[in-house]
Amino acid sequence: MLFPDAHIQDSWFEAKDQQPTRAGFGKGLVEAADADPRVIALCADLTESTKVDEFKAKYPRRFIEVGVAEQNLAALASGFAASGKIPFMTSYAAFNPGRNNEQIRTTIALNNVPVKVCGMHAGISVGPDGATHQALEDMALMRVIPRMTVISPCDAEEARKATLAAARHDGPVYLRFSREKTPVMTTTDTPFEIGKASLLWHGENPQVTIFATGPLVYNALTVARALGEKGINSIVVNIHTIKPLDDAAVVDFASRSGCVVTVEEHQVAGGLGSAIAECLARSKPLPIEFVGVHDQFGQSGTAEELYAHYKMDVPSIVEAVDRAIARK
Amino acid sequence: MSLSDTEIRTIEQHANDIRTTIISMLVAAGSGHTAGPLGMADIFAALYFYILKHDPQNPDWSERDRLILSNGHIVPVRYAAMAHAGYFPVEECLTLRKFGSRLQGHPERERLPGLETTSGPLGSGLSQAAAFAYTAIMNDERHHVYCALSDGEHDAGNIWEAALWAGKNKLRNLTAIIDRNNIQIDGYTEDIMPLEPFADKYRAFGWHVLEVDGHNIAQIVSACEEAKAIYEKPTVIIAHTIPGKGIHEIERDYRWHGKPPSKEESVAFLNELRTMQGKIVSEHQ
Repeated sequence: MLFPDAHIQDSWFEAKDQQPTRAGFGKGLVEAADADPRVIALCADLTESTKVDEFKAKYPRRFIEVGVAEQNLAALASGFAASGKIPFMTSYAAFNPGRNNEQIRTTIALNNVPVKVCGMHAGISVGPDGATHQALEDMALMRVIPRMTVISPCDAEEARKATLAAARHDGPVYLRFSREKTPVMTTTDTPFEIGKASLLWHGENPQVTIFATGPLVYNALTVARALGEKGINSIVVNIHTIKPLDDAAVVDFASRSGCVVTVEEHQVAGGLGSAIAECLARSKPLPIEFVGVHDQFGQSGTAEELYAHYKMDVPSIVEAVDRAIARK
Repeated sequence: MSLSDTEIRTIEQHANDIRTTIISMLVAAGSGHTAGPLGMADIFAALYFYILKHDPQNPDWSERDRLILSNGHIVPVRYAAMAHAGYFPVEECLTLRKFGSRLQGHPERERLPGLETTSGPLGSGLSQAAAFAYTAIMNDERHHVYCALSDGEHDAGNIWEAALWAGKNKLRNLTAIIDRNNIQIDGYTEDIMPLEPFADKYRAFGWHVLEVDGHNIAQIVSACEEAKAIYEKPTVIIAHTIPGKGIHEIERDYRWHGKPPSKEESVAFLNELRTMQGKIVSEHQ
């Protein structure tokens, strides 16, 4: 059953409210700018699709157009941050942090300035654009850089909160957003704290723990509900912060069921699954099944087609749950 | 305002002291770059002892001019200039590249007050400097932003992205100073990746371009003053320098780009520099 303190929408299963996480970012960015005059935004010729247009209209002097130049985007943001600004630098995740990884490493993380790296259109669900634009390694790239916080919000409302929290966080942050409309599950009352895992679903005597991140959290909840109807109880935890990982919560929730499934729209190497595996291997080794992309590139298609083909849809998660339970 | 001969000779003397310290610190470190730091000693002496508005006792002074070093590998010249200017004791220079030192092999902002950025990987400094300049305009602040760059790092696309952006935004408070020493690790720049016509490239990108003899203090100072007077564009000063300047054996030899002198070599080198002390004949007498 839904964990009451998570304040998930009562009608979440009907998925009536659908918005892309990038829209929540756009809203959060304006709110962050309202609250702090140091907040600025940098765009690389993608102002509308990165949802910075509202910010640009309201704060034209705090909007910086960089053109199609993601390395310059990152190094400029570094200079702005070192000069006292709080820059949100935005482009598609395939290029930011895909193309400008070294500038992020040296001029932002090693330089230790509070730039917020915003990767849009992340994951396979960007669909028809094909493999070139489907960033599936961005969290891995960012997670291995010291000082970098990595956040992957599950819906538009959480994206709004994550953006506000990133603005207040004194350090570099990677924020991951997706293009497609996805169900909004959380509410303004749902707690969000960087580095704190969010319990969403908890049944009695759970047989499996599902750790999910990003919009696929919705699929994880859907699986939990379906399993519950069959008498298989589970735990669903939203890991919106991949780094720093909430180690204590991960060990606690994993221990309650004795086996784990991780769910992410990312390569299983280097992302959420790896982070969970590293954590549990250290203190509580348990069977883990990894839902995500297994060392492959994507291709053109609709989000639904691609989730099914690359085995991140609801039936694929159910199969992973069966495998995990069988390995206990 | 032009410099007096006495002022010029004083800055030249500082440059010689900086060169002496560079040799000593590289020998102590046992690794590092030699030619670039020596070639930029006159420019860094002019910056730290005349051009920059700064306060070594208060490195975070908000009104200071910002000096961004893009080609971080020549940082020994910056460390030596900072030490002689009073940011930290000159003896600390001998900790260069040692475990626990504030003087990292490539500069790290967080470790040493007075550095504006962390740098080393080439090609990103001009972007950072441009953002510093843009911020000053946004905030209505009056300080000037300088960016020291190498010629070789202009092989990197990031530099030209920054050059476009700074030109577009007419960053009047930004002055780039390029160490045009014509060498890079694999050889002479015009063999590795030709940059000429270098000045024309920057002009085409919307910059005011000046060329100076990078060892002529009066020319360096005068170019920096002209740059501050140009209101509608950023300025780039292409400073023609001799790599390894000051030590005959090192001058113009690209093989000295990335290695330090040995202890034995340094004896002769330091002697060459020291015998110049008090005997520098200025062109401006």
